Amino acid sequence: MIEIQNVHKSFGQLEVLKGIDLTVQKGEVVTVIGGSGSGKSTLLTCINGLEPIDKGRILVDGTEVHAKSTNLNKLRQKIGIVFQQWNAFPHLTVLENVTLAPRKVLGMGKAEAEAIAEKQLKHVGLGEKLSTYPTRLSGGQQQRMAIARALAMSPDYMLFDEVTSALDPQLVGEVLETLKMLAEEGMTMICVTHEMAFARDVSDRVAYFHKGIMAEIGVPEQLFNDPQHPETRKFLASVR
Amino acid sequence: MFHTALTSADLIFLAKGAGMTILVTAISVFIGTLLGIVFGVLRGQLGPIWFAPVTFVLDIFRSVPLLIQLVLANAFVGMVLRLHISGLTVACMVLSLYTAAYCTEIVRGGIHAVPATTRRAARSLGMSWLQDMRYIVLPLATRIALPSWIGLALGVMKDSALVYVVQVTELLKSTQILITRLQEPLFLLLICGAFYFIISFPLARFGGYLEKRWSND
Repeated sequence: MIEIQNVHKSFGQLEVLKGIDLTVQKGEVVTVIGGSGSGKSTLLTCINGLEPIDKGRILVDGTEVHAKSTNLNKLRQKIGIVFQQWNAFPHLTVLENVTLAPRKVLGMGKAEAEAIAEKQLKHVGLGEKLSTYPTRLSGGQQQRMAIARALAMSPDYMLFDEVTSALDPQLVGEVLETLKMLAEEGMTMICVTHEMAFARDVSDRVAYFHKGIMAEIGVPEQLFNDPQHPETRKFLASVR
Repeated sequence: MFHTALTSADLIFLAKGAGMTILVTAISVFIGTLLGIVFGVLRGQLGPIWFAPVTFVLDIFRSVPLLIQLVLANAFVGMVLRLHISGLTVACMVLSLYTAAYCTEIVRGGIHAVPATTRRAARSLGMSWLQDMRYIVLPLATRIALPSWIGLALGVMKDSALVYVVQVTELLKSTQILITRLQEPLFLLLICGAFYFIISFPLARFGGYLEKRWSND
């Protein structure tokens, strides 16, 4: 379970998160929507401990992410994150990209790590690209490789930060299909997205962020068909 | 008809000088590169303010002509420290620090060029700072910095011609000795240049080969 309690976060004078409270249960898919600068992506990097927070706390399975005593490297092993820019390691093949962390972080043997990597790469439709370097893949393929790379660590939670935003429109579908597949398999996910149809189809709950606050959260039918907050209504009208 | 007094023994003498040039260059570039990596990484970690004292020292090695550095270092070691160290050791020490001064900037630039987002992706997978440096940052920075490093290594090899001032008989000094004896300066300098080319060419080609291989990744 991920518990986000009254989280505040500022970059200099700019407060990007103004007291966020959110609990995500195991197996749940929560989608976060909202305009640019609403704090959605910052929240994900805070959950993963990549950004410190100013106030409040974030607990992952009861472990406080930002506590000084927390071993962040160990905690991150159970929280996979995939970014808007896929950030492939360009000097490694697809297979090496995926096996690197299991081998070096989890201490797996080469054969075991490769077996897991091959399974995950087949899972995301890249079983034929094992020895290819990332620069020879399309954006969609690189993004799916990044997903396989995160999944190879067998995380309990997956965070997706606008993973289709940097893709050409024709490549968006293949990545969303991969996310849908993960959701159907019961992976606990928090997805920041601008893909409203995806949010409606896949989510258990959808949260709307506006200027650093979580203006509204609810099941997709309610939030999309009967939004309660005026800003949610305005936002949904603008993206329809 | 062209005639020269140059004998095979003279060519062997030149080859020995070339060997000394290679030795001084190899030791200096090796130590200088190791120091450059350490300083370059520390520069990135500590930031410009905390690293300022080291930057100041390295700036001295970059700013003062190598000839002056060699003469002063030799005098300092012999007259102030009163140590009996060979000219070769002094030459390697000075050239190593001289190489490190330039290499630090090359390494710093290479590390800086690795996208922060790539490093963040590595850390998000649970990698420690050391693992991130070892498996992601340094391999990528090496690819970025290689052309500059090859240029530095070739430059150090040519600059090593100055170590004659600390009584090291390297290639150019060997040539000068032969010029004094044979009085055939142009011909001997031509041969000396050919030796330098033979030493440099494989390194330049090796750099080109690596660049080409890595560009296929």
